[in-house]
Amino acid sequence: MIPSLPRPWWLRLATVLFVLAFLLFLFMPLATVAAFAFNDAPYPAPPWQGFTLDWFIGNESLGRTGLFRDEELLGSILTSLFVASWVTLLSIVIGTTNAFLMERMRFRGQSLLSLLMLVPLVIPGVILGISILAFASRVADLLGDLFGWEVEFLRPGLPLVVLGQVSYLIAIATLTISARLKRFDRTLEEAAYNLGASRLAVLGTITLPYLRPALIGSAAIVFLMSFENFNTTLMLVGADSPLTVMMYGRMRDGATPVLNAVSVFLMVASAALALLLMRGDDRRRN
Amino acid sequence: MTEARTRSSHYLLLWLLLAPALLWLFGLIVLPHLDLALLSFRERTGPGEYVFGLEQYRTFFAEPLYWDVFVRTAVVSLVATALTLLLAFPIAWTIAKLTRGRLSALLFAVCLIPFWVSETVRTLGWMILLRETGVLPGLLVTLGLTDAPVEMLYHDATILVGLVYTSLLFMVVPLYGSLESLDDSLIEAAYDLGGNGWTVLRTVVIPHALPGITAGCIVVFMLTLGNYLTASLLGGKNSLWFTEQIYTQFITRFNWEQGAAFGFLLLALSSVMVWIGLRLSGQRFADVMSRT
Amino acid sequence: MAETPDQDLEAKALLKRFGSHTAVDSLSFSVRRGSFFSILGPSGCGKTTLLRMIAGFIEPDSGDIDIGGRSMRGVPPNRRPVNMVFQQLALFPMMSVGENVSYGLARRGVPRTERERKAEAMLERVGLPGSARKRVDELSGGQRQRVAIARSLVLEPTLLLLDEPLGALDLKLRERMKIELKQLQAAFGTTFVYITHDQSEALVLSDQVAVMNNGRFEQVGTPQELYYSPATPFVAGFVGANNRIDGRVSALHGESADVTTAEGWTVRAQRHDALAAGDAATAFVRPEVAVLGRSVEELAMPAESAVHQGVVESLLFDGANSAVLLRESRTRAEFRVALPQTGRFADLKVGETVMFSFAPERAVCFAAGARHG
Repeated sequence: MIPSLPRPWWLRLATVLFVLAFLLFLFMPLATVAAFAFNDAPYPAPPWQGFTLDWFIGNESLGRTGLFRDEELLGSILTSLFVASWVTLLSIVIGTTNAFLMERMRFRGQSLLSLLMLVPLVIPGVILGISILAFASRVADLLGDLFGWEVEFLRPGLPLVVLGQVSYLIAIATLTISARLKRFDRTLEEAAYNLGASRLAVLGTITLPYLRPALIGSAAIVFLMSFENFNTTLMLVGADSPLTVMMYGRMRDGATPVLNAVSVFLMVASAALALLLMRGDDRRRN
Repeated sequence: MTEARTRSSHYLLLWLLLAPALLWLFGLIVLPHLDLALLSFRERTGPGEYVFGLEQYRTFFAEPLYWDVFVRTAVVSLVATALTLLLAFPIAWTIAKLTRGRLSALLFAVCLIPFWVSETVRTLGWMILLRETGVLPGLLVTLGLTDAPVEMLYHDATILVGLVYTSLLFMVVPLYGSLESLDDSLIEAAYDLGGNGWTVLRTVVIPHALPGITAGCIVVFMLTLGNYLTASLLGGKNSLWFTEQIYTQFITRFNWEQGAAFGFLLLALSSVMVWIGLRLSGQRFADVMSRT
Repeated sequence: MAETPDQDLEAKALLKRFGSHTAVDSLSFSVRRGSFFSILGPSGCGKTTLLRMIAGFIEPDSGDIDIGGRSMRGVPPNRRPVNMVFQQLALFPMMSVGENVSYGLARRGVPRTERERKAEAMLERVGLPGSARKRVDELSGGQRQRVAIARSLVLEPTLLLLDEPLGALDLKLRERMKIELKQLQAAFGTTFVYITHDQSEALVLSDQVAVMNNGRFEQVGTPQELYYSPATPFVAGFVGANNRIDGRVSALHGESADVTTAEGWTVRAQRHDALAAGDAATAFVRPEVAVLGRSVEELAMPAESAVHQGVVESLLFDGANSAVLLRESRTRAEFRVALPQTGRFADLKVGETVMFSFAPERAVCFAAGARHG
């Protein structure tokens, strides 16, 4: 079971084979997607017709629109980036205030509130989407009836997408940041205070620098989850489609390898983000 | 600084910190769901006229299609959760216990990599692999196992593969966390006292890993139940997943009352399953969620 | 406000309650400028609360604290001329050693170059030249200790508070740091207020020691005074090793009294309190005050001294601190006697019967249950 106990050879072999099979299962879809981004054929399907970059840079003689010429697709990437940036900003700010609220304050109903903060994590995304859609519409109707205002951002569209995603991503940010704040040794703050720092300086020079890894880490996770989100977004989206919704639409209608090209782009971007984070981790450790 | 001033500044700070939390929880979670509940109990009697009633829920139980899809979604989600656990446990065990240092870290990182890429991309991969003109049917013909390419998409098994694949991360991470914290010497002691592989697994490992197992199962079940993308793409137009019914009512037919009722039924199902999961494993919600 | 030029710290009727528990009970005391003042007491005696009130982390319920002749009422911790060395040191792990030392200067708005110069000079004075760029976790336990002190002293506080800073160190290092701490205090001349539950630390380091119990000071004095003339039974029991004999007064002899235990063993000790025959009393005899002998002659005590007989229960060998644990022959009462350095009793065996005696004027007895302090 564990290395310190004797294990028969067949069990060890089986373990290795299982892990290899698992890795194959894990990477087969990604490798396939990546490979067919470079296939010289109008559909992402075998057989292999030769290498081409048409699906990235386009080829007018064959009527192929490459990723870099596909305004619609590029626009949806920008839309996703726009949404993810707002979602990250809101989630991290509110996640941080929540962490301080739960770890540093004592008030009546606190345990109830901390339980409530976990609830968004067990509500299916589709339902978060429709409930916010319905509620926002009702509020908008109400404001229209009462004051004659037309509140555009409460109708399906990007602001609502941001709100929908934020509704559960704040919970994730709160959990991560609280977990680190809980481990913080408060005598460090007392020591700084004792050395003449003002309350604000203590926060800026001691507490926030300590929280930094959790802030960066949860920002990366939230950004990524926002960028990948589909279920909630689908219910709230208006005229501008984020990338996942755009890709979904094209996949239903029969995809061209441009989608594979976008996927390759996403893989590279994710890998770059991951490397950047790990580099940051290493730097702090050394 | 007088006592009164410190107290009032304390209250100011408390409210400053409470405001965003309350705005979030009530504005985006509690009130919308209450509103959804109200919506689901509304009957349309004429243009712009509504009364309170159970019409939407009656429709759900009266129409076999809805009921069937609901049960099917629940059963497939349960099976997917069980399969994910069976597949993820040996992997988490290998990473946590059988490998050390760099290899362990590398294996863990490798298992996480696919989930840095969007679910859309992963589903696209499965479509290219499994469709009739895709990679695997072609491979089967080449190997002489089938005469003509078979359509591997749009089966229940396909949905299962896609769901398990998409859920793996959410199972491996909590499992790894709970197995990692298990002290090797406990296993050694159990062996030393005459245990064998199976009894040690049952009496030492699983009880210790139970919070992680519960956390993984709850999250995976919730995610598969609420999945839209994988089910609708790998299951095709007739996949009959319950979230698709919700989408159809809400977005296509614009029948929000019916959609709200469906949404509430799904939420109820997911809550009941979470509750049963916690009950069976004897865990507390807050402890479990802090592990995910 | 009265000017008290030679007092750096003066507490006036300090009181702090937590619920029904009185942590610090109407305490008044003062600490002379430039002295090393220790507050010694068991855990829960209120010494930490007292220290945190001086630092400003806890507001007293009533009473006042003057530091450097200035009332600290309403002054927050970051404005007090007081710095603190924390129990776990609380060095900032995300900063270098130099940044730790110059942290307080930076908060005062001292320009960077001057900050760095001062920090480097201070590190040199505490014996850590050239380590400003090191990370905190690269230092040994003793070096961290010095950084924590340097970080406070660079601000030239009126008062340096130390909250059991040696508690986390291992025994060997603790012994060395004791000496180092005393030398540092002498070199800087800053007033140190040091709290500890370790009587050896308090005795070795301090000019003045206050023994604290239940929120009050039992006795304030030099280490010698505490050791040789304890004012209360608590001090006698807490400071240094002591044999404690509970009983009743059976006879009075001028300055001394005979205390007889319930089992009937009588010892004579100097009276600290006014005692009458029949009063419940407690006598204390230090192990090194008693002498040991295999015969009455070997004791070499004055003829009128009481001679006791005991059986060796166990030998407690500890180098220079070796002792023998005896049972008084008749009553089986436990009694500890220090072994002389000469090695004269190196061949002592368990079960052997020996004589022991002590001069009554070097032992002390108190009325039992009386309150002092």
